[in-house]
Amino acid sequence: MKKVLSMFSVIALLSATAIGCGGGGQTAKEETIKIATQSPLSGNSATLGEAIKLGAQMALEENKEKFKQMGFNIELLPMDDQGDPKKGVANAQQIGADQSVLGVVGHLNSGVAIPSSVVYEKFKLAMVSPANTAIEITERGMKSVNRICARDDFQGPAAAAYALNDLKAKNIFVIQDKTAYGQGLADNFKSAAEKMGANIVGYEGITIGEKDFNGVLNQVAAKKPDLVYFGGLYAEGGILVKQAREKGLNIPIMGGDGLDSSTIVQIAGDSIKNTFYTSVAADVSKSPKGKEWADAYEKKFGKKPESFSFYGYDAMGVLLKGLEDAIKQNGNKKPTREQVMNAVRAIQDYEGVATKVAFDEKGDNKYAKVFIFKFDNQAYPGTLVGEKSKN
Amino acid sequence: MQEVLSTLPQVLIDGLILGAVYAVVALGYTMVYGILELINFAHGEIFMVGAFIGTAALLSFQTAGLLGAMPLWLSLLIVILISSLLTGLLGVGIERLAYRPLRTAPKLIPLISAIGISFLLQDIVRFIAELKTGNYIVTGPSLYVEKITIPFSSLWGGFHDVGFKANSLIVIGVAILIMIGLDLFVNKTKWGIAMRAVAQDRETAQLMSINVNKVIALTFFIGSSIGGATGVLYAQQYSTIDPFIGFILGLKAFTAAVLGGIGNIRGAMFGGLVIGMLEVFAASNLKVLTGGALGAEYKDVFAFMILILVLLFKPEGLFGQAVKEKV
Repeated sequence: MKKVLSMFSVIALLSATAIGCGGGGQTAKEETIKIATQSPLSGNSATLGEAIKLGAQMALEENKEKFKQMGFNIELLPMDDQGDPKKGVANAQQIGADQSVLGVVGHLNSGVAIPSSVVYEKFKLAMVSPANTAIEITERGMKSVNRICARDDFQGPAAAAYALNDLKAKNIFVIQDKTAYGQGLADNFKSAAEKMGANIVGYEGITIGEKDFNGVLNQVAAKKPDLVYFGGLYAEGGILVKQAREKGLNIPIMGGDGLDSSTIVQIAGDSIKNTFYTSVAADVSKSPKGKEWADAYEKKFGKKPESFSFYGYDAMGVLLKGLEDAIKQNGNKKPTREQVMNAVRAIQDYEGVATKVAFDEKGDNKYAKVFIFKFDNQAYPGTLVGEKSKN
Repeated sequence: MQEVLSTLPQVLIDGLILGAVYAVVALGYTMVYGILELINFAHGEIFMVGAFIGTAALLSFQTAGLLGAMPLWLSLLIVILISSLLTGLLGVGIERLAYRPLRTAPKLIPLISAIGISFLLQDIVRFIAELKTGNYIVTGPSLYVEKITIPFSSLWGGFHDVGFKANSLIVIGVAILIMIGLDLFVNKTKWGIAMRAVAQDRETAQLMSINVNKVIALTFFIGSSIGGATGVLYAQQYSTIDPFIGFILGLKAFTAAVLGGIGNIRGAMFGGLVIGMLEVFAASNLKVLTGGALGAEYKDVFAFMILILVLLFKPEGLFGQAVKEKV
């Protein structure tokens, strides 16, 4: 009993010192404000996750000087959610407990963002998502949750419209990877395509991490569709495309923004031709402003930007704009998390490098766009073949 | 039903290729179990390491410009030999470090150390791959990619044509060679007899002046090098590998070994082919057969359902003999 008691007193003492230190920080000249990023930095989708982190890092470093003059030192707190909901929530708890964190840029996977954002909401911590497309993300009426990209109920139908109108597909086979993202996208595509009069000849699921999709592809071959739609990520998508071509299926294969990665070209190799993907992120490097940005990115990190680098950059930009507004509203003092959260939601006129941002009452971007790309040869990114805007 | 029939030739071919991979990996489980009564759960990871070594070798051939300089079969042969030699040594090393010190311990203990080794190997490979390429999903060069079509539809109008890449023939061919070679080795050579003797009764074999440690090391070497060679074939067949391919594949190969009667080499081959065929059949036809209730994503359930059924009703496996209590 004595031992337990002494343990408790030690813990109490320690936490008291910790609180004391936190209080002590107030008097320091420069206050540290941290912005966390959460994306998979390891695992199957690390290519996309790292792009988000690096984009966000770039935006933060460009704004460092501005915040320094306002008396704040802003820092990046990169977290690895591993594309795993359990890890994402654990990280979110950790981020929430760190009082110097005033915002989160993330996540990549909707399946991770949904449970993690419950934690952010609890801490009234503003989240700006560069990549989550699941409808549910903003439909739950959370004040802290925002996204700058388009939703599945916009991306899926945009793909369906392109498949039916431009590719003249009538019989479509739908494959999805059974995740919140893949299934959500595939279902939205399917219902829109059906509404437009297409015939869905098959609907199948695959398992993440598998390497042999011959079984599903045998079914595709038997049904002889004009187009295959795949809801999922590039790791499986690349293999699926490759094995489909090996089976002699030379029909167009279409997917969502989960395929928007240079790694899919590496995996599928020459087979990638005649593959389409919709993306919520534009290939901004084509515009002069974007080109300049892309060059700066490449110089800084030694690799070419992925589409999500632009969106990571813009998501961080929006968050920092919100933070700046909140600081001003608070009389140039460190704002509370709630103030930042409200300031972020109030943003109406942010001009990013990839997209213009204005949030509606749910936290969706009013200016979100969907772009359609085609791989004509073995090079990333594909050629832009279509564009659809919300407004 | 018409649909099931029309894809049947293709399903059988795909199943045969996958089954051949399972069968050869299952050999590794069965050999080790036959001798030590230890389920070497790290075997799936040895297979994975083989796939990575093979891909790394091919990639370095490519950068050195050697890939075009020599005939394709020669470079494949060299890669398979490098990979099987290294994984063979890895297998012996694992046995020496993680299993031999525990040989007299209760059976659960080496099983746990096997699982530990398998996680260790996964993370080591992941670390190296990420260090070298920045991404642990690695795509290597494929050597034999010509498409082969067998016009089954001319045989009977209801069938679809069968298409596969030339590499599949190599997978099946090498797998058959390995199986025959191993069968001959175990049944005809002196070392094979020693292995069977150790499997039957370790103490008595020792009394008959058999060097038990050497025989066990040899078993690990052969089983692991076969696993490594299969890894290379797998990497060639599916061209994309990651450090986690060994886990599920290892479990299925283990199921194949149990189905055929664990410890029985011919049983492992048979079990592997059955599981491979069944898996592809399930993935292709579940939707049709269940009227849309179950989809292709449930294919793995079948392999493991078989494992449970076999363990419940015929624990010695289809080819195994029930062990009689020694009196």
